Amino acid sequence: MPDMSDCRFTDSHEWFHVEGDIVTIGISQYAANELTDITYVEMKGVGESIEPGDNAGEVESVKTTADVFCPFGGEVIEVNDALTDEPGKVNTDPFGEGWLSKIRTADVSPSETLMDADTYQDKYPV
Amino acid sequence: MTTTTDTTTLKHTPFHDFHNANGAKLVDYTGWEMPLHYGSIIDEHHQVRKAGGLFDVSHMGRFRFKGKDARAFLDRVCTRQIWGMSDGQIRYSMVCNHEGGVKDDVLVYRIGETEYLMVCNAANRMKLIEHFNEVKDEAGFVFKFEDETEATAMIAIQGPKVMELMSNFSSEVPTLKRYRFTIKNLIIAKVMISRTGYTGEDGVEIILPAKFAAKAIDMMLKNVDMDAEEPTIKPIGLGARDSLRLESGMALYGHEIDEHLDPVSAGLDFAIKYDKSEDPEKSPEEVGRFIGQDALQKFKSEGTPRKLVGLNLEGRRSARQGMKIYSGGGESEVGFVTSGVNSPTLGKCIAMAYVDTGHCETGSKLQIDLGRAKADAEVIALPFYKAP
Repeated sequence: MPDMSDCRFTDSHEWFHVEGDIVTIGISQYAANELTDITYVEMKGVGESIEPGDNAGEVESVKTTADVFCPFGGEVIEVNDALTDEPGKVNTDPFGEGWLSKIRTADVSPSETLMDADTYQDKYPV
Repeated sequence: MTTTTDTTTLKHTPFHDFHNANGAKLVDYTGWEMPLHYGSIIDEHHQVRKAGGLFDVSHMGRFRFKGKDARAFLDRVCTRQIWGMSDGQIRYSMVCNHEGGVKDDVLVYRIGETEYLMVCNAANRMKLIEHFNEVKDEAGFVFKFEDETEATAMIAIQGPKVMELMSNFSSEVPTLKRYRFTIKNLIIAKVMISRTGYTGEDGVEIILPAKFAAKAIDMMLKNVDMDAEEPTIKPIGLGARDSLRLESGMALYGHEIDEHLDPVSAGLDFAIKYDKSEDPEKSPEEVGRFIGQDALQKFKSEGTPRKLVGLNLEGRRSARQGMKIYSGGGESEVGFVTSGVNSPTLGKCIAMAYVDTGHCETGSKLQIDLGRAKADAEVIALPFYKAP
């Protein structure tokens, strides 16, 4: 599981952990808190492709439905199926068991435009 | 995903410190900084269904009408009959516009023959003040109309264990019938306690002076161990208030009813009195017709093109307000969603929706466009959940 300090962040509160050509996608604790109890997660399925700037899926809470933005392009290689039965893991452990999906990308450069953990946490304290 | 929190210019209720002390997530709700939850909406929802919860509803509007024409005025603006109510009685009513749309849904409390209290939605408070002043001046009604919202506070205590708790506090309160209230003189202030609520559970709502609010909460909760594993009462936010009312099939202003949605289509006929002529002192022409009556009578006799229904959804995706509803596999649009939630009590997704009368029979099979996907849905009778 990624260490939060190794993740990169968007202003729309997704986190991305890049390791080689694999990008793990999640949402931050701040986002999980704002959304309130997550009731359903639907990420694009394994084998589906994502264009840079596409939505990688949706996260639903008691209150609302939110798109998960993804600045990386690539192919989905894994989805966190454990969230089907326990979507609440996104609330309780968003950087660990609450990760959403993984993609394989040919271009990790979008990472450069994202915030590091310190910048993000200063901007969006929990 | 987008999230916003700007809480700089928001009004605070007298329980603001209480919310902060209990770890509330505060949000802007119609200009008031209100608790969305104190940790988990779902946990709070279950807490109310299983034991009890305490809600700050001080943001709701509270008006007093006092004087010789107060009753006649209320019969003019309310769809429900106010004449003939008894002291200590409460009635749920609509306040309609001339077209039969809903300006607000309210509770009217009769304190005495010439004195009434009204509780309205926070979002509609200023609109109603304007409307009431216009009607008052137009018809020359003589009474005093006062907005007591910010001078008072209001809490709701709801859940199956609440009346037992209230019996420790007053022997009279548990004997109150539904939609009745009593006024208790506590040491420092008068409090109004009613057997009403918006969760589908038994319970009370309490109106009290703002200055006394913090002390009152202490008094109410002095026998409650809030840190116990299963406390009788916990503070509950607006998030669970919404999911609780939705399971109970209750309309929420801005969702099931608004200025363009009428109470006949919403299935709220019980709150409309088409013949207010039982007043022996005044002719029906004089006070018997309320604002919006002509339109509502027409809806009633001719039927409305759509009805508010309950929907059970297949799958685990929630429907949201404004989503379109189709029949016959998606060919024809037959309605729209007003509220939807993944029901914590029932463990499935439910929604309320307006559906064309040809498709609103119980058992009708429909489809909801959820954006990325469509969900099958079936019309079911409201409410979704009834307390045992």
